Amino acid sequence: MATQNLRRVFVWQLPVRFYHWLNALCIVVLCVTGYIIARPPAFQQGTEASFAYWFGINRFLHFAASYIFLFNFLFRIYWGFVGNRYADWKNFIPTNRKFFHEMWEVIKIDILLQKDKEHLAIGHNALAGFIYFFVFLAFAVQCLTGFGLYAAMSDWWLPNLFAWVPGLFGGDFDLRQIHHATMWFFIIFSIIHVYLVFYHDYVEGRGETSSIIGGWKFIEEEAFIQEMEEEKKEQEELKRRLIQEKQKAKA
Amino acid sequence: MTPSSNRPTYYEELRQKGYSRRDFMKFCTTIAAYMGLQASGAAQVAEALKSNSRVPVIWMHFQECTCCSESFIRSSHPIVADVILDKISLDYTETLMAASGHQAEAAMRKTMEEFPGEYVLCVEGSVPVYEDGVYCCIGGRSAVDILQETAAGAKAIIGWGSCACNGCVQAAKPNPTGATPIHKLVKGKPIIKVPGCPPIGEVMAGVLVHLVTFGRIPELDRIGRPKAFYSKRVHDTCYRRPFYDAGLFVESFDDENAQKGYCLYKVGCRGPMTYNACGVTKWNNGTSFPIQSGHGCIGCSEENFWDNGPFYRRITNFPGFGIESNADKIGAAGAGITVAGIAAHAIGTNLRKKKLIDGLIAEGKESDQALS
Repeated sequence: MATQNLRRVFVWQLPVRFYHWLNALCIVVLCVTGYIIARPPAFQQGTEASFAYWFGINRFLHFAASYIFLFNFLFRIYWGFVGNRYADWKNFIPTNRKFFHEMWEVIKIDILLQKDKEHLAIGHNALAGFIYFFVFLAFAVQCLTGFGLYAAMSDWWLPNLFAWVPGLFGGDFDLRQIHHATMWFFIIFSIIHVYLVFYHDYVEGRGETSSIIGGWKFIEEEAFIQEMEEEKKEQEELKRRLIQEKQKAKA
Repeated sequence: MTPSSNRPTYYEELRQKGYSRRDFMKFCTTIAAYMGLQASGAAQVAEALKSNSRVPVIWMHFQECTCCSESFIRSSHPIVADVILDKISLDYTETLMAASGHQAEAAMRKTMEEFPGEYVLCVEGSVPVYEDGVYCCIGGRSAVDILQETAAGAKAIIGWGSCACNGCVQAAKPNPTGATPIHKLVKGKPIIKVPGCPPIGEVMAGVLVHLVTFGRIPELDRIGRPKAFYSKRVHDTCYRRPFYDAGLFVESFDDENAQKGYCLYKVGCRGPMTYNACGVTKWNNGTSFPIQSGHGCIGCSEENFWDNGPFYRRITNFPGFGIESNADKIGAAGAGITVAGIAAHAIGTNLRKKKLIDGLIAEGKESDQALS
């Protein structure tokens, strides 16, 4: 059995990791407190109202977490423009045919479990990236509907930026329905997300799970060289095209 | 709204009816308070009602149950009904006017011709648009036609009740007559929406008095409702709110918690999504409102309240998945399917990628052995 040389790659920058864990914490808090808001459990039924405020505190936690969530989300969008290549927005929005080709590869090998050469992505694989795009959309939906519902309770200008949202839906009914249903998207996403992390760690053995703690992933020397060559080829292609265009412009 | 020599002012009408100046001032103070004006507002109202001649009003009844009119004539201060409504009836309102048939039509026409761009059009009820509007005809003409004609010369339009504002019950699925709220049919006119089934009488009076006093429509929210009455949720002004914050809920209508007057949130109260003044102004001369009598709010002033059922459940039906479906049931089913899919995938991985996984394990073991 030949042992493989693994090469250390710095994938997730500190801000990305920080965002990830803060986001995870927010989503857990928001789902739990949100579910309690929708279906409050029956306890403390014996106490006087003057001595209890647990439901108010639950709501406060939901609102506090939602502010953190919003700012964290906005920060991640910003980081999509200034972060490293694995954090770049182009990981999430398909801009070329290679992206779709890669997505198909991932579906074939990882989802349909076809026996083929393993597709070894360093950062997000194309399919994951594209799904994160929809996750970001879900973030936006939750922020819009959530702060839309919250706006009427606040005098601050920030939540009141969302005061137009209920009007769009004719009132709060639909907003609540959407806000509540989208929570289930997060729950289902989290289940799949955690499973797939385990899957990749198990099948590829490259430190998938720990990468979001330390930021490192380990890739095979072979894959590393291949990636470098591809990168070089792409650069050369780009250069060639630029020269061609210049020549055309001259002629 | 300038006083004209041939039309008496509100105050003059009032004195003729036998009200004292004291009664008049009391009314002005009451209504100014309802409108949410500051202390000097009462004087403004009094001044306006003394110097302005009455505003001509045409009050149309389309697809409705007349509960708005009923609510209005029962508003707490008698002057509301006596002066404002009495004078309205002189112009046109099918339910309360003395005239009928051709005379009634003539009265309406007269108002439209005499005061173009000056009269206020009040609309009670939605307008059916299917089959050229045959589902609601008055004097042989469809409601759509009448609305378009009367709206053309109106200074402003007031939509009374949920029917005129959002279609109410008759616009609920499947909406067989094509019941349509007026803001979808009339464009280019200021429309004040006063939703509710019915709206509170004092709220209706407040809107009219605002028009008379200030000569312009009250400040509206994004949906078109007067902010003075519709900017807060019933929930946010509810006297049972402390029970909500304390997490003390009625679990069923016959339990001890219901007797203690706990929050009706879990038995489907729509207070948290309903914008109205019920919690503050209340009904029947400030006697009570639904929540105070132990029944949750059904959200009658909100769009589609009828389709967002059932009324006695907190988590409403999820559209498109049949009766008794809600977001939680669908979500939990989705999560269950996901977990099952993952289990299948995990088994598949171990079978199909056995070679790969075994390779990793062998490599790891080899290193381990090399060390020992």
